[in-house]
Amino acid sequence: MNRFKAFVRKEFYHIFRDKRTMLILFGMPVVQILLFGFVITTEIKDVEIAVWDKSKDEVTQNITNKLLGSGYFKLVKNIDNEQEIYEAFKKGEIKEALIFENNFSKNLNTKNNADIQIITDASDPNIANLIVSYTSAIVYSYTSELNANLKIPMQIKTESTMLYNSEMKSVFMFVPGTMAMILMLVSAMITSIAITREKELGTMEVLLVSPLKVSQIIIGKVAPYVVLSIINVITIIALAMSIFHMPIVGSLSLLIGVSILFIFMALALGILISTVTNDQQTAMMISMFALMLPTILLSGFIFPIENMPKILQWLTIIIPPKYYINAIKDIMLKGSDLSYIWKDVAVLLAMTLILIGLSIKKFKIRLE
Amino acid sequence: MEKVIIVKNLVKKFESFVANDNLTFDVFRGEIFGFLGANGAGKTTAMKILCGLSQPTSGELSVAGFDVYKQQDKIKANIGYMSQKFSLYEDLTVFENIQFYAGIYGLSNKEIDERALKLIEKLGMQAMRKKLVASLPLGWRQKLSFSIAIIHKPQIVFLDEPTGGVDPITRRQFWDLIYEAANDGITIFVTTHYMDEAEYCNRVSIMVDGRIEALDSPLNLKKQFNAENMNDVFIQLARKSKNKE
Repeated sequence: MNRFKAFVRKEFYHIFRDKRTMLILFGMPVVQILLFGFVITTEIKDVEIAVWDKSKDEVTQNITNKLLGSGYFKLVKNIDNEQEIYEAFKKGEIKEALIFENNFSKNLNTKNNADIQIITDASDPNIANLIVSYTSAIVYSYTSELNANLKIPMQIKTESTMLYNSEMKSVFMFVPGTMAMILMLVSAMITSIAITREKELGTMEVLLVSPLKVSQIIIGKVAPYVVLSIINVITIIALAMSIFHMPIVGSLSLLIGVSILFIFMALALGILISTVTNDQQTAMMISMFALMLPTILLSGFIFPIENMPKILQWLTIIIPPKYYINAIKDIMLKGSDLSYIWKDVAVLLAMTLILIGLSIKKFKIRLE
Repeated sequence: MEKVIIVKNLVKKFESFVANDNLTFDVFRGEIFGFLGANGAGKTTAMKILCGLSQPTSGELSVAGFDVYKQQDKIKANIGYMSQKFSLYEDLTVFENIQFYAGIYGLSNKEIDERALKLIEKLGMQAMRKKLVASLPLGWRQKLSFSIAIIHKPQIVFLDEPTGGVDPITRRQFWDLIYEAANDGITIFVTTHYMDEAEYCNRVSIMVDGRIEALDSPLNLKKQFNAENMNDVFIQLARKSKNKE
């Protein structure tokens, strides 16, 4: 145990004395979260809208005026059929269409409720979400004014449809995505670099001649990164909750548990990379191209998998971060428990075991 | 004399290439054994096998009294190793390097402190104790690296071209350290390119194309080959090589 302690202590010296490593370990998560967070939560102003007023009465006119008067919306055209709406969306003329139902004012007075349908372009889901909530808020404030001197409250229901991305798959997606990316970076890339560095320096040989077992060397090498990765997960979640008010609906311990599984997967990947290369440069390049790019492009983090060409969709099946992002997204945003995400977790677990087995085997072959 | 390394019919093949072709030799306790050969003659391969970094294809080998196939762990605890890269961590201080290597050989904290103090004193490195190794000149690193390789008092220390890239005076000082270790009873197994260093060894073996072509004391070898110095002996033998560079 003393030997192992000496080893891990040395590893921490390496980490704390290398400014670049420290920057990647602790600066990166904060910067990434802030960057993604602020880039996606943009303000809205002069959003182009189209209105299909089937009823054309006083109330619908008032609502439209109120919307336009808010400064957030700009009327591009009036429409009178469904076809036109989709054309306007396709041409990119509008970001939102409002449809007032027939006999709007009459329904409101007789049945006490009336419907407005809101259609938005959700290819940028965050903006779409904001547009819907602004619109609803304005309609709601108008209803409150109407109701101020009424006994039985009138209700105007807004019913929103998101075009092109109906399930709103990327709201707060940046948090799971960033977590996957950071963990890949820290656990896989930094570990593979740290191990290949020992080879480059020739210290690996000395370690292998010493009474340390191969497993002790590997575990000693990665143990500090497990700790640091968990700290990173907690930092990211804390930032997302405090600065961006991301709700975490599900269990925090399940979230951290799945993250630890993903960390082990990434570490195994890092070890595997270090067994096939002998210098830090190559290790970094392989990590970049084989790990970081797929994590960013193919995991569903930035680009929805459903919109990819079929071939790329198939390719995403072997991308571990896809399953991790899926699982933690469900935990964070939908509050899913293990019974709901077990498939993703099972795939991750299988991948982790295969990778660990493979890297141990490879490591031993190298000793030959 | 007690044999501390016994090698009988060692063969190491890489697919069809024979790196070590039926090597047989012994090394005695406390001697300085020079392991010479041109690049690619197979000396590094043989040394790696003795250190447990590589598995032999066939042959009987015993190191420090233990079997190479079955008692790898015991061998590891009883040998030291220093490579041509010196293998120190540059981002650790002199003391931290000592502490680390002594630590992985299972020395207790008390032993580590005692031996580190002695080592630093012996090398006259008191002022550099807390300096990063990166800031040390090559000669100092080399001495430190050697002293660390024997900090756990091994029976044998393997030195893989330990004096590469170091000036002659520093090399001479380094050999003083080697003599001192040998006097303390540590067997020295050293590979080198420098023929003047071969003269410092008690016995040398010279490998050509995977085989040991000569093995004796430098004095006897010079007589046998009718040569003035080890350099001549080496050149006469190296000429026999089929795969000249």
